[in-house]
Amino acid sequence: MNTAANTSARNTKVMNRFDVTSRLVAKLKHEEAVIGGIGNTNFDLWAAGHRPQNFYMLGSMGLGFPIALGVALAQPQRRVFGLEGDGSLLMQMGCLSTIATLAPKNLTLIVMDNGIYQITGAQPTPAAAVADIVAIAVASGLSNSAWAADEEDFERLVDQSLGASGPTLIGVRIDDKPGVGATRRDPVQIRERFMLGLGVREAL
Amino acid sequence: MAAAETETMAQPSREKSWHEVALQALKRNDIRLVPYVPDRILTTLIRTIHADPFFTTFPTAREEEAVGIVSGAWMAGMRGAVLMQTSGFATLANVLASLVVPSQIPLIMFISERGTLGEFNYGQSLVCRTMRPVLDSLAMEHHTCTRLDEFEFIADRSIKQAITTQAPVALILSPLLTGGKVFDK
Repeated sequence: MNTAANTSARNTKVMNRFDVTSRLVAKLKHEEAVIGGIGNTNFDLWAAGHRPQNFYMLGSMGLGFPIALGVALAQPQRRVFGLEGDGSLLMQMGCLSTIATLAPKNLTLIVMDNGIYQITGAQPTPAAAVADIVAIAVASGLSNSAWAADEEDFERLVDQSLGASGPTLIGVRIDDKPGVGATRRDPVQIRERFMLGLGVREAL
Repeated sequence: MAAAETETMAQPSREKSWHEVALQALKRNDIRLVPYVPDRILTTLIRTIHADPFFTTFPTAREEEAVGIVSGAWMAGMRGAVLMQTSGFATLANVLASLVVPSQIPLIMFISERGTLGEFNYGQSLVCRTMRPVLDSLAMEHHTCTRLDEFEFIADRSIKQAITTQAPVALILSPLLTGGKVFDK
């Protein structure tokens, strides 16, 4: 259940972004696309081991899920994962309703929620003490949304999303640690490599 | 009614309206994904795109959301275009500068121009003045479409150029083309 508005009362373990991201990447065997949101979210995706089907965001905070939606609509046969931080999602919450309306079943959304803007000095988000992102997702129309209780539960929810009849959102409470790597900031190469990885392009 | 549309009445075979030209330019260039934030001027275009099963079209909550969606779709092999009005464009500087331009994404935008040639809302006219400076500051291709007899050429060629050069383009739909929106109460 995800109705508790009091964050301290949540019966969910505080996990680590890099660990959770590594667990996700270890599961990927079918060239699944992964969109890593701005900042630590894509740094840890990079650190978990670069794959050609990864797209790393170097700006445009909040557009991780919309980009993932676009990929999911264009390639309905491919599983698409969107990874976002809670601060990023707060900037673009309308996208949850857009995704719920279009309801692509090949899309899994993962929110890394530490309640802070870690990368700018760990200031709390305006939502940190009062809002429940999974409850917001449910109210936005994404009925298949849940908090991961712990790492095993996270993996179970990921597996479950693969067979779901609509999009899935998984909330993960994470600690305040920074990302363990840093993505190479080459936007053209990131975009081109991603397109090669998705089979849209052939290398020169 | 725009002067260009009035002229078409005299022609033996009816000339296409600007929104028919826009829809056909999208189709001809295999632009299938059309997210939008609506505008009164775009009403007929949006309705006809919805009515055509060729397109996947839907409203988004913000214009930058739509830009994110078509960027992701293009990287995955599906072409898209975004419909918006002037004030919507004014929310896009960040995504243009940090995603579209540096990643070389052929974003195609149709922007109905509010804030000029008979605007009745002062705020809209000020927002309008920010649009071309933003486009110019990023050296983005943009055209102000004023004449029906030029519109097909501009729209079709601009879409093709965006795709082949992997660079964004803004097609600004002037009140001279569309008739604009006038003070009515």
